[in-house]
Amino acid sequence: MTTPTKTKAAPLAELKGDLAVLKEKFGDAVQPAEYEGVVIANDVLVEAARFIRDELGYRYLSSVTAVDYIQEGYFEVVYHAYRLEGGGPLVFKARTPRDVATVPSLVSVWPGADFQEREAWDLMGIRFAGHPNLKRILLWEGFHGHPLRKDWKEPYYEEEHKPFSSRWPSGHHVRAEDRVFWHDNVQYPLDWDPDQVEDTSDELLYIGMGQFARAETGELVEPKSLRTERLVVNMGPQHPSTHGVFRMVVTLDGETIVRLEPVMGYLHRNHEKIGERNMYLQNMPYTDRLDYICSMSNNLGYAIAVEKLLGIKPPERAEYLRVIMAEFTRIVNHLWAIGFLLNDLGAFFTPALYAIEERELILDLFEEASGSRMMCNYMRFGGVAHDVSDDWIARAKELVYNRLPRAIEELDRYLTHNELIKARCQGVGVLPPDLAVAYSTAGPVLRASGVPYDVRRAEPYSIYDRFDFDVAVRYNGDVYDRYLIRIDEMWQSLRILRQALDQIPKGEIQAGKKQYMIRVPAGQAYGRVENPKGELGFYIVSDGSPNPYRYHIRAPSFINLTALNEMCKGHKVADVVVILGSIDIVLGEVDR
Amino acid sequence: MIYGLGILKGLGVTLKHFIYSYIEDVRYLFEGGRYQPRHLPARQGPRARGVFTVQYPKEKLPLPENFRYIPFLVYDTQENKIKCTSCGICAKVCPPQCIWIVRGTDPQTGRPRPEPEAFYIDATICMSCGFCAEFCPFDAIKMDHDYELSAYERYESLLFDLPRLLKPDTYHAQIHPSDWARELAEKEAEKAKKKEKAAAQPSA
Repeated sequence: MTTPTKTKAAPLAELKGDLAVLKEKFGDAVQPAEYEGVVIANDVLVEAARFIRDELGYRYLSSVTAVDYIQEGYFEVVYHAYRLEGGGPLVFKARTPRDVATVPSLVSVWPGADFQEREAWDLMGIRFAGHPNLKRILLWEGFHGHPLRKDWKEPYYEEEHKPFSSRWPSGHHVRAEDRVFWHDNVQYPLDWDPDQVEDTSDELLYIGMGQFARAETGELVEPKSLRTERLVVNMGPQHPSTHGVFRMVVTLDGETIVRLEPVMGYLHRNHEKIGERNMYLQNMPYTDRLDYICSMSNNLGYAIAVEKLLGIKPPERAEYLRVIMAEFTRIVNHLWAIGFLLNDLGAFFTPALYAIEERELILDLFEEASGSRMMCNYMRFGGVAHDVSDDWIARAKELVYNRLPRAIEELDRYLTHNELIKARCQGVGVLPPDLAVAYSTAGPVLRASGVPYDVRRAEPYSIYDRFDFDVAVRYNGDVYDRYLIRIDEMWQSLRILRQALDQIPKGEIQAGKKQYMIRVPAGQAYGRVENPKGELGFYIVSDGSPNPYRYHIRAPSFINLTALNEMCKGHKVADVVVILGSIDIVLGEVDR
Repeated sequence: MIYGLGILKGLGVTLKHFIYSYIEDVRYLFEGGRYQPRHLPARQGPRARGVFTVQYPKEKLPLPENFRYIPFLVYDTQENKIKCTSCGICAKVCPPQCIWIVRGTDPQTGRPRPEPEAFYIDATICMSCGFCAEFCPFDAIKMDHDYELSAYERYESLLFDLPRLLKPDTYHAQIHPSDWARELAEKEAEKAKKKEKAAAQPSA
């Protein structure tokens, strides 16, 4: 096992700006961390978080994640908070010894930390003291161990890192099933007995939903006080309206939603653990499979995070190509989202197919440039994989100048003023701006609630600072506005595309020589991009080896779901379907 | 504003789409019908209106040169040998690690021989990312255009071994014309360089 060189790096010598203010306020409880940020002592963490939010103005908690420093013997929980006015993050961390593994929960300060802390508990096994609903989120309650811990090995475990030595030079093909002596899909502990398994996932869930109560004897009983007409209903995981295998458990009073809890993980494959086994480049095609509608912008986010560590910049033409691809992706995604929102409303497939027609033409362009329609795998560190021809640019221009504006306008005429849509969408699923920020929602959900926060403007990456575009914003925060904002954003994307396609220079598309095994300098980086669904962040910890030490994804549709309960309360079951459609989730990204 | 006007307008859009599909039918009436292969680019192009669907498998969309599917190994028909030298870069770079290579050895000396003894690609695992073709220094492995690979069982028929993977370079030239042209140009340049060196040698 490789030793993380993290300890070899000295803590930051001096703290600047807001970190210095924080240090001054809390004294020795705040210590400089390695590479970036500060480590805050656990006993003042909640107080410090409140100070960071209220006094320093970092109101938006973007990402919460944990890293297992097994050599040093502690877990580190990493928080990235941002100001809504824009600018860089305030990074703060909390540490806990591996055998204690408890950190105070910040849900009371930022409700948006809810799912992210549950994820950290599930995958890393860190308890968050004071969390109102701390249970597993992606795995089931009976799951053995916490998979992101460095000492946890997956079934079919072969080696710590790829490339595996069994593949070359004497690589005789072996099927993974044959490698484990169970010849089966699961790795069981030796004393495992299926009759003894206690999967309490559903019981825990239903207690939370108010159907059962735990009696003093420890048994589950129907609560006597609850002789009302409340009913717990499962929607999904197999339900046409849930956009995949996604389950919502709702408590109903009559037909009104009292409480809703999303249940996910049916598509979980532990992307992050796979990512730690992979070499840096090998993760690129895996990012395609997160939000599989937007593979191009997923690639971009990952490339940007690694380039931050490498300290390289792609050449001009590659930057333009990246922006062009990312903005085309936004149009593709929003067309898809609108089409399927209409499906959820009951306009079965006619609007969706009209919208997808345009998507088809954009995918033709993607296919020609990258070789694949959906799993593009197009970006590389310091550039892009293939150049495009002049003919490609001409066709893209034809689309951007003629076809797409017409199509978006038609979609607008077709749907926007439709009275049925208005009746179903206006005033439904309202998320007020302060809650939208508190719940860490991102992308169209946040901006439809009147918060003009767009990473392309707030902390420009790539070459977005050169383009002239507006951050679309709507103020009602209901489903209708979340629909309208997608139309607005498509218009803005077209503006960016026009500028980019007109200005794109000739030249190189790759900085330096393309290498398959890069060594990334030790360090930590959080790269984020404005994905069509919201802020997509990649948190990468490198120990200087060819494989990332920690690879975390801040998945926008996963975190946007934190606010689903808030949006659905008081509405009817039929509205839940529409509200979920307006958040626009992709299960590949939610479950990772 | 009259209630229901928005719905009527929307229905107008649907009607337009409906009518266009017939207008297109009339347009193609005297050209052998809509589903002639020669109409496909227009029907699928940026100016297309009306019916947009492709009648797969009767019709197939043309594949761009970059299109990538499960890789194949190039067989050099001129020199009559496998181009692969079993250097193992493709097996190392492969993200799901679906490539297995047995490096060839010389039976007399026991030293490594630049030719694979066995080469497996597990098509059930391959994610068609194209890294193997991208990073192969010998242009020996390329991505295929043949995407119709369904089989009746998922073990033997989807484990591609050396005979199944080898395809002649003429096939490669046919599906990747510009890549092939680049290869030829590089070969020519190398030859010219060698000649130059040889010419420079005696005078020196």
